Amino acid sequence: MIRSDLPALTIADLQSLLRRKEISPREVLESLRARIETVEPKIDAYLSIDFEAALKEADKVNVNLPLGGVPIAVKDIINVAGQLCTCGSKILAGYRSPYDATVIERLRAAGAIPFGKTNMDEFAMGSSTENSSVKVTRNPWDLSRVPGGSSGGSAAAVAADAAFGALGTDTGGSIRQPASLTGLVGLKPSYGRVSRFGVIAFASSLDQVGPLTKTVRDAAMIMSAMAGPDRHDSTSLPDPVPDYTKNLGHDLKGVRLGVPKEYRVGGIHPQVSAAVNAAIKQLESLGAEIVDVSLPNTEYGIAVYYFVATAEASANLARFDGVRYGYRAKDPKDLLDHYGRTREEGFGEEVKRRIILGTYVLSSGYYDAYYVRAQKVRELIRQDFVRAFEKCDAIVSPTSPEPAFKLGERTANPLAMYLADIFTNTANLAGICGISVPCGFAKVNGSQLPIGLQILGKSLDEARILQIAHAYEQSTDWHEAKPKL
Amino acid sequence: MSKTADFDVAYISKLARLNLSEEETRRFQKQLADVLKYAEKLREVDVSHVDAAAHGVPMFNVFREDKPCDWLTAEEALGNAPHKANQLFVVTKVVE
Repeated sequence: MIRSDLPALTIADLQSLLRRKEISPREVLESLRARIETVEPKIDAYLSIDFEAALKEADKVNVNLPLGGVPIAVKDIINVAGQLCTCGSKILAGYRSPYDATVIERLRAAGAIPFGKTNMDEFAMGSSTENSSVKVTRNPWDLSRVPGGSSGGSAAAVAADAAFGALGTDTGGSIRQPASLTGLVGLKPSYGRVSRFGVIAFASSLDQVGPLTKTVRDAAMIMSAMAGPDRHDSTSLPDPVPDYTKNLGHDLKGVRLGVPKEYRVGGIHPQVSAAVNAAIKQLESLGAEIVDVSLPNTEYGIAVYYFVATAEASANLARFDGVRYGYRAKDPKDLLDHYGRTREEGFGEEVKRRIILGTYVLSSGYYDAYYVRAQKVRELIRQDFVRAFEKCDAIVSPTSPEPAFKLGERTANPLAMYLADIFTNTANLAGICGISVPCGFAKVNGSQLPIGLQILGKSLDEARILQIAHAYEQSTDWHEAKPKL
Repeated sequence: MSKTADFDVAYISKLARLNLSEEETRRFQKQLADVLKYAEKLREVDVSHVDAAAHGVPMFNVFREDKPCDWLTAEEALGNAPHKANQLFVVTKVVE
């Protein structure tokens, strides 16, 4: 008999039932399959699922491993051997991964079972998952709204109990913002903390893989399994990986939390401001000391981000030339026609727009004016954080300036869509870590829409922001609310 | 910073080896000019004494032993090729 109560469990609770042999990994997968069949027609979170391969793994997995028998959903930008990996793009339709990304290899070694690939904005470019070439994913809290992006499929799946936890990638907020919009925990690790090997590159100096989960503890469990140096990624940091679950439960006495004055800007949804202010008071009541800090170059973050990210993307996406893999235009008359049409027919609109912008800022005569200047302002943004962290242990802010917006509302105005990342993308530019944790709901036109609190930490200070997020989470019940589907 | 008037989508699309329809060219010209206009605020910043950051976390000279190991077979490497023959990728004719 299929147990319909299992999919709602956290990874921690599921794993202890597995370890005590009260349930089997096969039962877990069967219950998850039934849940996915029920909710997937409403949310469209997955691009591909391979239950048969997952069941084979379930039958031989060691449930005593840290994630033994836990199925994990994976954003379709991360290679899982034998499974499709399309990045939500027509240019990679049908692409089958020949190998496992390092994060997948490590999660498998910890007993996790990657069983399905989730929808995303094409090549992770977007904040709503509407840029997928395949389909539109819906927010489980309100099916007429976006789940955020670019890891929107991962977010919708976990929020709808159609996954126990999922991997996403975050280049400018693509884990934290969808986590915020769907009522989940989402962690962007410090640059270099998690290997990028086997993750299809968008902007190589900004991309990081991280978890989207129902609780902070679940995020810590996934991080403990997958973080750490990798000989295949020369940008991975050599520092040893702590057990991220170890500090959970410590109180906040003596913890200094910075509130940047530049983040109190106009344009923040009033219910988001109210929820975040209440969360800051709550953190204070838990023993944290609240201090004012300044990040004076915040207002340049979006502009710097769109020059740096598009420049790196235009170079990374040059590999899609229709020769070794992916789509190739029919009957090219010469090589230029082959490249020009392959890329015209294979890429979607937002990807093309960003390749054009990135090519422009790197082109002769404009490189110094745009790209180099942006990299210099990026350094100033990094220094802002270094100075702020002399006064505090972590920084708190909204994750997203507003709750989930309506499908189709932003697609005609790229700049408005880019501004969704205003509180998140400076962390990528500075290489620091950040987490989003649920901190309330906005009531908008009869819908209840989740709000996220962002906690930013120093490079390699994941254990600290997890500890703060956990203390806050355990003092509230926001994370226990479920969407009605 | 240069004037956005120099920004020519049709020319850049050639540099990017990315064909665009006339409609896309017109639309991107307008939308990206808006983005560039927004980004003009970067001109306000004094960066005369700043080194460009290539990465948030500077790292230098990362070495590892250069030794061969088992990796993809030719068949696996060709597994996703849009056009292949005789264990090779077939490409569009380059030389007349």
